Amino acid sequence: MSLGQFLDMGGYGGFVWPAYAVTLLVLIANVYMARSAHRRALEEALRRAATEESKS
Amino acid sequence: MWTWFHKLASPPHFYRLAGRLAPWFGWAAFILIVAGLYGGLVLAPPDYQQGDAFRIIYVHAPSAWMSLFIYVTMAVAAAIGLIWRIKLAHAVAASAAPIGASFTLAALATGALWGQPMWGTWWVWDARLTSELILLFLYLGYMALRASIDEVQRADRASAVLAIVGVINVPIIHYSVVWWNTLHQASTVTKMAAPSISLAMLVPLLVMMVGFNLYFFAVLLLRARGEVLRRERNAGWIREVVRA
Repeated sequence: MSLGQFLDMGGYGGFVWPAYAVTLLVLIANVYMARSAHRRALEEALRRAATEESKS
Repeated sequence: MWTWFHKLASPPHFYRLAGRLAPWFGWAAFILIVAGLYGGLVLAPPDYQQGDAFRIIYVHAPSAWMSLFIYVTMAVAAAIGLIWRIKLAHAVAASAAPIGASFTLAALATGALWGQPMWGTWWVWDARLTSELILLFLYLGYMALRASIDEVQRADRASAVLAIVGVINVPIIHYSVVWWNTLHQASTVTKMAAPSISLAMLVPLLVMMVGFNLYFFAVLLLRARGEVLRRERNAGWIREVVRA
């Protein structure tokens, strides 16, 4: 099977590939959002810890 | 048993444990999903009726399955938080919601992309599609309700009630293809007694489903860590964690 045939998906390439793209996008976006939320929370905690220490 | 449970539910212990576990789930999920993609796109033969369009099942069915699995996880966590007043359970429920909403969106989008070539329409107000759309609104409603209440404990309690009431939609979605026999095809996987799918088609689907589940656990742990940090930002243990 050639690459062109594979991409064509028996004529359904226009439906199969967007479906896979949407799903992969969701998978990647979730990891990205979870990581950035964790990083924000960690930075906030670091900032608070620094203010606490400067007070004491 | 109870001491073990309380230790697990203590935020610092959970934070460390989740940090250690998440990469394992993440990498296992990655390997399974890559293997499942190869199996589904390359190894599985085309369907005798649907041709290659049927390959959408390998992203559609796992997404749809996760949209239900995550909702139940969220509702159970919310119920535990409500009944036993465990803050960590509420943090887990709150973390699950956006992940579940995104899988519901993926299920609806891939379903539309499958419906157009097979049924000749992107959307139809059939029981399965409509109940899945209601699931999306439940997730969005849960998140909007949380966002609208400033005090964390009140947001936890109010959103938990919504999550628990919404569980009624889960069996409706699951049995919708049986109760109302409309356009959406019946389940392929659960008919184990009389398999309606060949092994070369079925195995990649199961691999993808397990992969998606492990993926969910990895992202849930990661999100819950951030959520716990955010809620406990004034607690003493955080300073120990962030210094390390």
